[in-house]
Order: sequence, then structure tokens, then C-alpha cells
Amino acid sequence: MTAATQSMIEARHTVKAFGQGDHIVRALDDVSITINKGEFFTLLGPSGCGKTTLLRLIAGFEMPTAGHILLDGVDITDLPPNRRPVNTVFQSYALFPHLTVAQNIGFGLEMQGRPRAEVAKTTAEMLALVKLEPMANRKTSQLSGGQQQRVALARALAPKPKVLLLDEPLSALDLKLRKEMQVELKRLQQETGITFVFVTHDQEEALTMSDRIGVMSAGKLQQVGSPKDIYTRPVNRFVASFIGETNFLPATPVAGGLQLGCGAVVEGLTTAKPSVTLTIRPEQIRITPADDAGAIPATVTSLVYFGTDTHCHMALSDGAEVVVRVQSPASGEAGVRTGDSVGLRFQPAAAQVLED
Amino acid sequence: MADRGFSVSRLPGFTPTAMLVFVALYLPILMLVAFSFNAGKSVASFEGFTLQWFVKAWANDHVKDATLRSLVIAVVAASVATVVATAAALGTTRRKAFKGQTFIYVVINQPLMVPEIVTAVALLIFFAQIKVLTGYQGLGYLVTAHAAFCIPFAYLPIRARLEGMDLTLESAAADLYASPWQTFRFVTLPLLLPGMIAGFMLAFVTSLDDVVITLFVKSAGQDTLPTYMLGQIRRQITTEVYAISTVLLGLTVVLLTAFFLLTRKKD
Repeated sequence: MTAATQSMIEARHTVKAFGQGDHIVRALDDVSITINKGEFFTLLGPSGCGKTTLLRLIAGFEMPTAGHILLDGVDITDLPPNRRPVNTVFQSYALFPHLTVAQNIGFGLEMQGRPRAEVAKTTAEMLALVKLEPMANRKTSQLSGGQQQRVALARALAPKPKVLLLDEPLSALDLKLRKEMQVELKRLQQETGITFVFVTHDQEEALTMSDRIGVMSAGKLQQVGSPKDIYTRPVNRFVASFIGETNFLPATPVAGGLQLGCGAVVEGLTTAKPSVTLTIRPEQIRITPADDAGAIPATVTSLVYFGTDTHCHMALSDGAEVVVRVQSPASGEAGVRTGDSVGLRFQPAAAQVLED
Repeated sequence: MADRGFSVSRLPGFTPTAMLVFVALYLPILMLVAFSFNAGKSVASFEGFTLQWFVKAWANDHVKDATLRSLVIAVVAASVATVVATAAALGTTRRKAFKGQTFIYVVINQPLMVPEIVTAVALLIFFAQIKVLTGYQGLGYLVTAHAAFCIPFAYLPIRARLEGMDLTLESAAADLYASPWQTFRFVTLPLLLPGMIAGFMLAFVTSLDDVVITLFVKSAGQDTLPTYMLGQIRRQITTEVYAISTVLLGLTVVLLTAFFLLTRKKD
């Protein structure tokens, strides 16, 4: 297969600016991205990063200030939303309050002018897909939040769009329901084979559900990659700190490795820059006894208990703070106490050199 | 809201003041209703219960004629006003904020602010010119005048309804392949309907009730119910007029109740 037929959505140098004169805000600043056919792609970033703007550009609710958007190889930049084979699940669900559940689900098909029999058949299939058959003739206001969410999904899936856009669809649900819906969404995506573009600010949601993640900040795409790539190989400080928790340690290149502020040398890592930041995840660091010769000496400053594990806050000799995550043993004790002197060790390969 | 802090209802004299206002507002109306059932002709004493004034009014061809004219004018004027007001409300809410938006609101609501007598005199002059030019003498002048001053009454509830509507619903319709017209037809209009009915009813009542503009605009033999009643009262006080007023009051209460039921928040 050629690259052209692989990609479902392609944004080319898209810019979206709001405001006028001195008050121009670039919600999207020259973003180029390719989303593949049949993939579960997540746009992840803090609020105001431009992820929803990008979604609205794909849906057609906004026109880009510059750049192009291609759907399945066709330039759709100038098409209005009703002429794009793309459907949206809105954050607020936006169910039609004057229609029943079944009428909501059939709305897209009706507007497309599909035959009555087909509308009825597809609506029934969709009701079954989201397990809401008994609710077909209810008004949407009579449903719970989770049920409304499923109606919104079924309504958007019914016309069998090429791409399903989901704008933080789970943010209004409580934690338990959210976990259920995450599994449900993943199942629906695999069953239908439709390309999903999912917008969220929840990094855990992004890591568990996505095939690939695009991390956004300040209107720019920071990194695109698989959840594992993004977590283990962040390309800059923003990505490293936004996805999961991490430690940042300033370092300078010396012969054979990188030297930390405390004097310890991490072997095997190199850089061309005069000074860099080393990032290492808290779960990648092991605590060893204070007399461990090769370890980095540290002092325990505080312990925070999280149930499954304990976060041990450490101070290195130069005052730099490091957090180490220790999985709680059966006793519930982390094995160290505040004030203890310990050693810290990690695999150089588990650390990442950030040059920004 | 008024927890422990300032509350109007605890000021001295609150209850007597409120009672006085209610009495001033409703006692005359209650008396009118009572006297419309008065067997005697005097307004000084109640001489027993009767329905004869209602029967007489019903049998009076002038009353029938004026009532019919009033209803025709009110229905047509309120319909026109509702359509125009809907278009105006869509035009002022379904677009980005623009310069001079407040000015447009003022223009649309002008009949609420300009003294009615000014509009009445202006229309008198304006329509006189048209009458001379066209020779047309019909009911069209009254209908047009009524439709014009009814627009703000229809506009206000319709605009309120549109502003309260979730715009995402229209985005969702467009997303689901509805053309702009289909979006309006299948989403905006059904959701707007209660507002339009409310607007129609307010416009209808306003038209039905109008005296000042009607007096100036109407040609000979074009009495509406209120101008007919005014004419009757000028000659002599007739109990028939009380009966008609009572019926109008009843009609208004029914319409306003329906208005309330339609515009109150669901759930």
C-alpha cells in the first residue's frame, strides 16, 4: 500500500488564528499531522492547547486561517460540516431533546435521505451495538449520563462515517463509568474499524486507549507516537512532564557519560549540547543501601503513601529533588524512613536526554 | 438568597404595602366582573345575579361585528408579527456579535418606547397619503399597523428562547449531514416553537387590546371591540360593556396561563 492510501486524515500546515490586530491568538500554529486508516488516534494536551480547535477544523465547524485538511486523499478544507463524511461525539453530547433515542440515532441517516427501511434497520443495529434496545422510544432527558453518552456514540456511528471525532466525551462521567466507557469505546472502534480521533486532557485515558497519541501544547504538535514511545521516549520537557510523573535533573557531558549536579556520572549517555536535562521516571529508580559504592547518595526527605505504592521524595547532595516510586509490599511499609541516607540506582537506558 | 441578611419582606409595613398594591390592581377588576352579573343598571348597588348582559351583548350585531373584526385583525397581525419577529430573532442571535447590535435591538423594540400616540398620529398621516394614492379603504391599514406594533411583543419571548438554546445542537445537526435549511426545519424550529407560540399569544392579546392606534387609523365602520366599547361608554354606561370586558378578561387569563405553561422551564 502506498502512503497516500494509508492516511485517513492529513492536516497540512494548518493555522487557526482568532482575534484581530494586536489580539491575535494562534490556537493552531502550523500543525501538520497524518492520522492513519482504522487507527485510534488521541490528541492529548492541556486545555487551550489547540486540540479541540484541530478537531473542529476536521469536523468543519471552523475554517483554517491557512493550510489544508485532507480526508482519504481528498481536500475537504472548504466543505461545510454537512458535506464531510465525518461525525462528532460532542462533549455535552448535544442530543436532540425533542426526539426519542431512536430518532436521535437515525437523524444522520434521515438527513442523508436514506430509505426508511434502511434507517430503521441501521438504527436497530446501533441500538444493539450500544446495548440500548429497551430505551429506543424514550426521550433522551430520561436517560442517565452514561446512557446519553452511548446514544451520542450510536448517533455518530450510524451513518458509518470515515472518521469519528470524539471531543472529551468521557469528561462528564464519574470515574467508574469512565473506565467502563473506555473499554466500550475501544471495543466499538475495533468492531467498526472506523478511524477514531479522540481528544482528551487525561493522559491516562490517552495511554490506555490509543494506537497513537499526538501531544499538543500552545497550538503546536509536540510529539506523535505510540503510547509507549511517548511515555518512554519523550522528545521534550513538556511531553515528559505532561505524560506521567518524572524527575528532571540538569546534567553536563563529561568523558564517558553525563554528569549530574551532585557529581555522579551516568554512563553511556551522550549529547552534543553543553548542558541538558536528564529525565527519569520515578518507577525506574531503585533504592539501595547507603553503603552501595556505585549508587548516587541521597537523603529521604518525605514519604507520600498512594496505596499501591509510596512516593519517596529524596534530596541529592546538591539539593536536587528526586522522587522514587516504591511498590507497596504486603506490610504497606516502603522500607525507608524520612531522614534515612540511601543510594539510588537506575539503568542509563531508562533515562532520556532532553536537549530543550 | 436572603439568608439572615437583608430581606425586603422583613421591612416594617411590607405586608400592608403589598396588600394595598394588590387591592389597587385587582379590586376594580373584581368589581367589573361582579357588576357584569348585576341585574340592575346602576353601578351603585348590586341588585341580584343575572346573565342577561352577556346574552344581550351576544345578540348585539354591533358587538358581533366588532368582535369578528378584532379577531381577524389580531390573528393576522399576530401571525405576521410572529414570522417577522422570528426572522429578526434569528438574525440577531444566530450570528457573531456585530457592531450596532444594541442599536438593532432598539430599532426592533421601538414600538415599546415611542409613545403610542406619536405612532398613531404618524400612521394617520402616512396612511392618509396612501389612501389618496391608491383609493384602498380596507382593513389592511389596521392589520399593518397592528402587526408593526406587535413585533416587539412577539420578538422578546422568541429571542429569549433562541438565546437559551444550546448552539451545539445546531452544530450536531450540521455534523449529521443536515443542510442549513434542514437544521432549521428539524432542530431549531421544533425547539423554538414554544417561544413562537408564546410570542404569537402576546402579540394577539396586545392587538386585541389596542385603542389608541386603532382609533387614529380606522376608517368609518371599522370599529374593533375596544373602540366600540369606548364609543358605547361615551354615550351612556351600559352593563353590556361590563359583560364584554369580563369575557375579554377570561380570554386573556386563558391565553396568559397557556403562555406561562409554554415558557416555563422544563424539568
